[in-house]
Amino acid sequence: MNDTPEFKPESPGLEAWRMFRRNIPAVFGLVLLIVIFLATLYGALIYNGDPFDIVWAPHEMPGATPEFPLGTDYLGRDIIAGLLTGGGPTLAVGAAAAALTMFIGISLGALAGYYGGWVDNLLMRFTEFFQVLPALLFAMVLVTLFSPSLWTIAFAIGVVSWPQTARLTRAEFLKIKELEYVTAARAIGARNKRIIWKVILPNAAPPLIVSATLTIGVAILFEAGLSFLGLGDPNVMSWGLMIGANREFILEAWWPVTFPGLAIFLTVFAVSLVGDGLNDAFNPKLRQR
Amino acid sequence: MTLSYLLRRIGYGLLLMLGVVILNFFLIRLAPGDPAVVIAGEMGGATEEMLESIREEYGLNKPIFTQLWIYVSGIATGNLGESFFFNQPVSKLIGLRIWPTILLVITAQILSISIGVFMGVIAARKPNGILSGIVSIFATIGYAVPVFWTGIMLIILFASVIPIFPVEGMQSVKLRDAGFVVKTLDIAHHLVLPAFTLAIIYLAQYARLSRASMLEVLGSDYIRTARAKGASEVSVLFKHALRNAALPILTVAGLQFGNLISGALLVETVFNWPGMGRLAFDSILRRDYPTILGVLFFASAMVVVANIITDISYRWADPRLRRKS
Repeated sequence: MNDTPEFKPESPGLEAWRMFRRNIPAVFGLVLLIVIFLATLYGALIYNGDPFDIVWAPHEMPGATPEFPLGTDYLGRDIIAGLLTGGGPTLAVGAAAAALTMFIGISLGALAGYYGGWVDNLLMRFTEFFQVLPALLFAMVLVTLFSPSLWTIAFAIGVVSWPQTARLTRAEFLKIKELEYVTAARAIGARNKRIIWKVILPNAAPPLIVSATLTIGVAILFEAGLSFLGLGDPNVMSWGLMIGANREFILEAWWPVTFPGLAIFLTVFAVSLVGDGLNDAFNPKLRQR
Repeated sequence: MTLSYLLRRIGYGLLLMLGVVILNFFLIRLAPGDPAVVIAGEMGGATEEMLESIREEYGLNKPIFTQLWIYVSGIATGNLGESFFFNQPVSKLIGLRIWPTILLVITAQILSISIGVFMGVIAARKPNGILSGIVSIFATIGYAVPVFWTGIMLIILFASVIPIFPVEGMQSVKLRDAGFVVKTLDIAHHLVLPAFTLAIIYLAQYARLSRASMLEVLGSDYIRTARAKGASEVSVLFKHALRNAALPILTVAGLQFGNLISGALLVETVFNWPGMGRLAFDSILRRDYPTILGVLFFASAMVVVANIITDISYRWADPRLRRKS
């Protein structure tokens, strides 16, 4: 038996988590995000109320009636009910759109960066083309041409947001594919597919995870903007829709637009705090023992 | 900068625009329903004669590549189709609305870059100071606030609490017939809130970016040399350092332009600013596709032009790039 104590290297994920834990704003963001997520998931069950139901006189001030602490909107609909049920679609569309963005962006970026040459040329021209289209306008066109369901919206946001992810992935692949462990993998006979997915991609993961987090924030803002313009699904309550519907009456009642806006802001703020925290946690330069 | 580079860049820009046109063409065909009805706009209440004349004009009974050719060559001669809702050629509609958008977007761009970079430079002097912290917090907040909501909050503030800026439109009705100077001042007065609303998001990003970029530059030898030879602090920061820190800022400014136009769309809707965004919104509500696609075409053209300008200024800012080509 060997008496020397065994040295166990910490796994990169665990090490990053240890760094993340020490970052107070990031932990605050994570807690805030979990609270918002649970509130939108279970809040509607605990707090009974259909956000479309007219339950009281219109424009009841917050605090004036104990039953409706945040007041009512221009039709007399309960604002808290809207906040609790309106978050779900926003978060779902945000997550689905971000997943699609990452899928398209990583696939195209990986192919372009790994193969180079004409593949790279072609894919990058394609990416540049999509960067020329103003994203929100193009998404508006897509949603109008096809039916405005939650999936159309998520699809539209995904289709317009991937170019930055593709560029980032390509840059990472260009850098990593020259490293020795990639050459070593090739030397033992690994095929291209395996090198791309099993060797390079895991090593390119940290910046991509950070970028995915920020993409969720951008997608949430996007969904809010589309719903605000009245291009969301009209049968689903969402924070953007609440602001858009009450827009005409802002000078008579500030609260029906202020609270949903704060909800969007807090969600995206929490997401970006987590993103910044991950960025620092993955950065070896900031890692001190 | 060589002329051939410029021509090549413009040629590439035109190619991208051709791509946008082809995309527009296929978008109409992909939409469910008869393309003639789609073009006429579902709310237009088009008669059978109107539909027939659209089929004739767009050659909708001909093979698809002939249709594409008719569409592309029409746009090349400046014919973007007819808006059946506004009862006007699309090119004329957009010609009226593009200037307010350009005014708004460029003002917001100048505001966000100048204020943002100034904040970033000041913050970079003391990377752990209070100001630096404020810039970082402000940048995160600016990124997270929905732009249309900022606009609404500013309207509530300036319409009722401190009514010093107009919150709607681009011109006062009573000053329509005033002289040029009064009219310009009136437009500038109306521009304040929309431009600031749009600038706030990007301002935060530029502040953060220029802070990071300046931090890198300030540690370099030539800054120590500049300080050693007795250059003033202002000269070191804004002349020696900023010029070298400017490249990433320029890159982002170019890439952001498309997002700026997307933001302008929302801001115009909130403030009733009579630009292309407002036009896009109105035409989307009426399903007026020729107008929507016309706006998409011109908005993309603005991004292409902005990218060409960015490339040129990039070469101006970095002499190494000039020598390479």
